[in-house]
Amino acid sequence: MLSKEEIKEIDKAISIAPYKKAASVEALKAVQQHRKWISDESLQEVASYLEMSAEELDSIATFYNLIFRQPVGKHIILVCDSISCWVMGHDKIKEKLSELLSIDYGQTTADGRFTMLPNPCLGTCDCAPAMMVGNDLYRNLKTEEIEKILNKYS
Amino acid sequence: MEKPLTQHLRPDGKPLSLKEYEQVGGYQALKKVVKMTPQEVQTLVKDSNLKGRGGAGFNTGLKWSFVPMNVPKPKYLIANADEMEPGTFKDRVLLEQTPHQLIEGMIIAAFAIQASEAFVFLRWAYKTAAEEIERAIHEAHEAGYLGKNIAGSGFELEMHLHTGVGRYMCGEETALLNSLEGKRATPRAKPPFPQVSGLFGKPTIVNNVETLCCLPHIVNNGAEWFKKLSLTQDAGTKIYGVSGKVKKPGAWELPMGVTLRELIEEHAGGMQDGLKFRGALPGGASTDFLVEEHLDVKMDFASVAAVGSRLGTGTVVVLDDQTCPVGFVKNLEHFFAQESCGFCTPCREGLPWIEKILESIENGKGREEDIKLLDAHTRLLGPGNTFCALAPGAMEPLQSALKYFRNDFEKHVKEKGCPHSKKSKYQIAN
Repeated sequence: MLSKEEIKEIDKAISIAPYKKAASVEALKAVQQHRKWISDESLQEVASYLEMSAEELDSIATFYNLIFRQPVGKHIILVCDSISCWVMGHDKIKEKLSELLSIDYGQTTADGRFTMLPNPCLGTCDCAPAMMVGNDLYRNLKTEEIEKILNKYS
Repeated sequence: MEKPLTQHLRPDGKPLSLKEYEQVGGYQALKKVVKMTPQEVQTLVKDSNLKGRGGAGFNTGLKWSFVPMNVPKPKYLIANADEMEPGTFKDRVLLEQTPHQLIEGMIIAAFAIQASEAFVFLRWAYKTAAEEIERAIHEAHEAGYLGKNIAGSGFELEMHLHTGVGRYMCGEETALLNSLEGKRATPRAKPPFPQVSGLFGKPTIVNNVETLCCLPHIVNNGAEWFKKLSLTQDAGTKIYGVSGKVKKPGAWELPMGVTLRELIEEHAGGMQDGLKFRGALPGGASTDFLVEEHLDVKMDFASVAAVGSRLGTGTVVVLDDQTCPVGFVKNLEHFFAQESCGFCTPCREGLPWIEKILESIENGKGREEDIKLLDAHTRLLGPGNTFCALAPGAMEPLQSALKYFRNDFEKHVKEKGCPHSKKSKYQIAN
């Protein structure tokens, strides 16, 4: 069941839209904020609240790469793999992350702490290579700093 | 040298509060505008020759003029803050550090088309910008610059922040509208153009952040002043950027029309020691390479177009002589293949094919005919064959790489591998 808080956030999005369905992206975002990912159950709950079919909502949920339809770790690592970061050493950063966490892109660590995903350009190309952990942006990354950065996230 | 857009940036990167913004003349342009007619505002901006800074370079005032005036509410004004073009980081500066300048620009644009609702469509990754814009919208509302009866004029405007959930396609004007309507971000057929039938079928203008930030200054100082800021026929200043292996990568507001050489050699401090310039994408991932012979090209819309590329977003990505051009292009095409919305066939099928061919070439499995296949794709996925500009944009760096760095492609095929990666392995072994 959608929580009171989730409903409040979805209703806010509905209030500025001409019809309920138009709030679908905002609703998925709100529910993911609370539940970390969108399970089939979550999807059905949101869809029925927005008076649309679960299939239609799923076509939207699976389109956007930052709506997660699979369980994810506590912290999401988004590694920029676009051109400026690639030139400035993305591959080494990714290799180091994989080595420290024993996971590849799209995987979650055994302890559920991190999910690592490649992400298109983070818009900080003058400070490449870059990555985000949760809401925090790290720029001008050096491989030797990565372990220390990861240790900040319990 | 005047830098209207970035003159109030602070060393700590924090934006001006509403009060501080007002102290340096903020919201004066808005107060002037509401005493004008919408038509007068449109004419002023048209006369200033402000061209869209999102990449297309269309005259902003002219774009507005296609919006019907005497129609029932609502009409919409949208700031495209979904900066996702790889290599582009110019709007981030304005979003994080000048939120009130953006909001004032948006109110001016909304007044010019008589829109009653406005959205900032912000990309998910810009967390600081989201906080600052949310706060600034609230402050502007409290001060009576948003809401009903703005500055006592009777004009009303509500403004909302929408943060996206990924996908490069959202930067495409009509796909952005679909996304805001809660749909998949696929592009729409044009016509009808958004000016007539946009968000929820209502007249809508989508303008880039940098474009909107120019508006308060044009209103305060006039169209002629704006034109004189530039070194060329394209008016105003431009936020240029340089990334890649240069000494001082960064973004700077400069007169429109500085040369590529000045950007790289003076502002970016030149190439890193031991590296040579081989080429550059002048304005993001979907622009054709420029090479050494183009270093003195003026970085404005017309001049860059005249040498076969596009100014795009004006943020330059530099290719150095130690970086493999095939690998460079492979990275770009991987991005485009991944970000294709899958709506039309040439883009959905063609881009992954291109990526696979480039991967074979890079990994030493390329055949001579693969280069010809790539040539063919640049035509098959070119303008006119796809629904939107994503695939044609993806072909720009590929076709120009095949032109300027053809030897590198051929060498990969002949030597069955990447000469650059062999070199680095050799160095590590030593």
